[in-house]
Amino acid sequence: MYHTPYKRKKYWNKAEMNLWEKSYLPEVVRGLSLTSGVFLRNLWRWMRGRKGALTVYYPEERRPDYAAHNRGKHILTQRANGKPQCIACNLCATVCPAQVIEIEAAFDAEDPAHPKYPAHFAIDYARCIFCGMCVEACPEDAIRMLSEVPNLPRGSRHIWLHKEELLQWSPRRDVAKSSS
Amino acid sequence: MFQDLFIHTLLISYIIVMLLTFGLLLTWVERKQAAIMSDRIGANRAYLRLPFTQIKLIWWGLFHGIADGLKMLLKEDFKPRAHDPLIYTLAPWVMFVPVLLVFAVIPFGGSLSPAALFPGSETVAQWFGDKSYPLQIAALDAGLLVLFAFGGLTIIGAMLAGWSSNNKFSLLGAVRAGAQMISYELVLGLAIVGLILIYGTVNLVAIVEQQSAILWGFLPAWGIFLQPFAALLFLVAAQAESQRIPFDLPEAESELVAGFFTEYSAMKMGLFMFAQFIEIVVIAAIFTTLFLGGYNLPFMSDQGFVFPGGVEWNLPHWAVILTQISVFWTKVFLVCGFLVLVRWTLPRLRYDQLIQFAWRILLPLTLINLLVTAIVVFAMQY
Ligand code: SF4
Ligand code: SF4
Repeated sequence: MYHTPYKRKKYWNKAEMNLWEKSYLPEVVRGLSLTSGVFLRNLWRWMRGRKGALTVYYPEERRPDYAAHNRGKHILTQRANGKPQCIACNLCATVCPAQVIEIEAAFDAEDPAHPKYPAHFAIDYARCIFCGMCVEACPEDAIRMLSEVPNLPRGSRHIWLHKEELLQWSPRRDVAKSSS
Repeated sequence: MFQDLFIHTLLISYIIVMLLTFGLLLTWVERKQAAIMSDRIGANRAYLRLPFTQIKLIWWGLFHGIADGLKMLLKEDFKPRAHDPLIYTLAPWVMFVPVLLVFAVIPFGGSLSPAALFPGSETVAQWFGDKSYPLQIAALDAGLLVLFAFGGLTIIGAMLAGWSSNNKFSLLGAVRAGAQMISYELVLGLAIVGLILIYGTVNLVAIVEQQSAILWGFLPAWGIFLQPFAALLFLVAAQAESQRIPFDLPEAESELVAGFFTEYSAMKMGLFMFAQFIEIVVIAAIFTTLFLGGYNLPFMSDQGFVFPGGVEWNLPHWAVILTQISVFWTKVFLVCGFLVLVRWTLPRLRYDQLIQFAWRILLPLTLINLLVTAIVVFAMQY
């Protein structure tokens, strides 16, 4: 074993600083004037009753420009006859990392093609993390997420939204499956 | 005798209340200023609801400090299994009390003579006679030295906390805190010595009074104009003393969890945090007293104003007292704001850079500053 002296690693994009920047103090002053400038500008905006921040203050404020692929509120899709497409297989409830989906299955003798349906389907929006895994897990394309964000009641630890709301929010029928 | 007791009790309770309020307020200022600086809104969800109504007072998140305090009071006071019970409980207080004590020698107003405050009242005149009291808890001749003596005590609290927690992070934090505070204490002290040379006294009231003189016919003779370099060095060293961001190595979150108070929880941890915030207030007060003319406006003294050119404007006693007290706290507040600005702007140093910065850059600079000051003062005397 022989000993090699430690060689300092060379970076291809090593920061080049001139003497002015290396002396540190002028750059400190520049940084301080930058931040205090932003501070005074925003403070002046707040003092005139305008908003001096970029933060969107959900739920009091909404952005008008959510991206098309934003994962906002859930909907349950429906069949042509208005029945939820969901077959209460519990896959979404199993995969949900926040464990906020509650499903109660029931038997529907009228519809022999889809005898199992959810009598009760609820999502707790206070704990949902909007990951979209429920949508991915669903074998029936019964649950989807829209880009707009939900309008929620405030001030409670649990915000359960039930089958009725989830169906009503945007009752979109699945055209591909509407025949069955 | 009794009137002395009365006045001193009043002053002491005033200062304690003022310091605690200021410390609490500073947590709010720090949050809000940081938020506004970075285009955010800042904490504003805590509210007080008026009883039996739905009216919620939010007041720009002013109640978050109270909410934090309540939370810390109600939390479980967790102790590590192998801690040293006596020292562990003592440490936060060893940190907190000297910070309050430092303020005892800082003058926050000129001299108060109750008889002149209520000129019409017979009883006041009888009771107090023509006595006057400096607005300061302990009027010591060696004020500046006492200030440094007490200021140096906080390090013991940090070391005790780190040692008694029986945790490696705490111990590392304590060692770092010790090395850092000793290094910067030296710089802090030496930066002041130049000022002592110029003023020729360590009595803080005398220092403040000398600063109401006029320099070269137009400038107020503030320490910051006499010793601009020392003022800068003092601010840097003070920021390091209070262990805030460019120099927050003792409690570097990313490396040491929370440094020497890693193992503290609930109100004991709150005491450490609060001590830090009050330390900022105290540092701002020291800076105000030494460099920014203390409790006086430019060209102002206990009688009133003497403007450059010899124009005098005498004020009644109550107006002077009110102006001085409010001017003092305003200056302290502004300096606090500046310290918060520095904290939220500058990136952190590495630990070796920190110690090198103290011993290789700051210390020689303070010595040069001291040397030049000494030569100039000597030359002016002869
Ligand atoms: S979006 Fe994620 S967290 Fe929310 S219900 Fe679906 S799986 Fe659960
Ligand atoms: S929503 Fe989809 S995954 Fe969830 S229970 Fe219904 S069918 Fe199954």
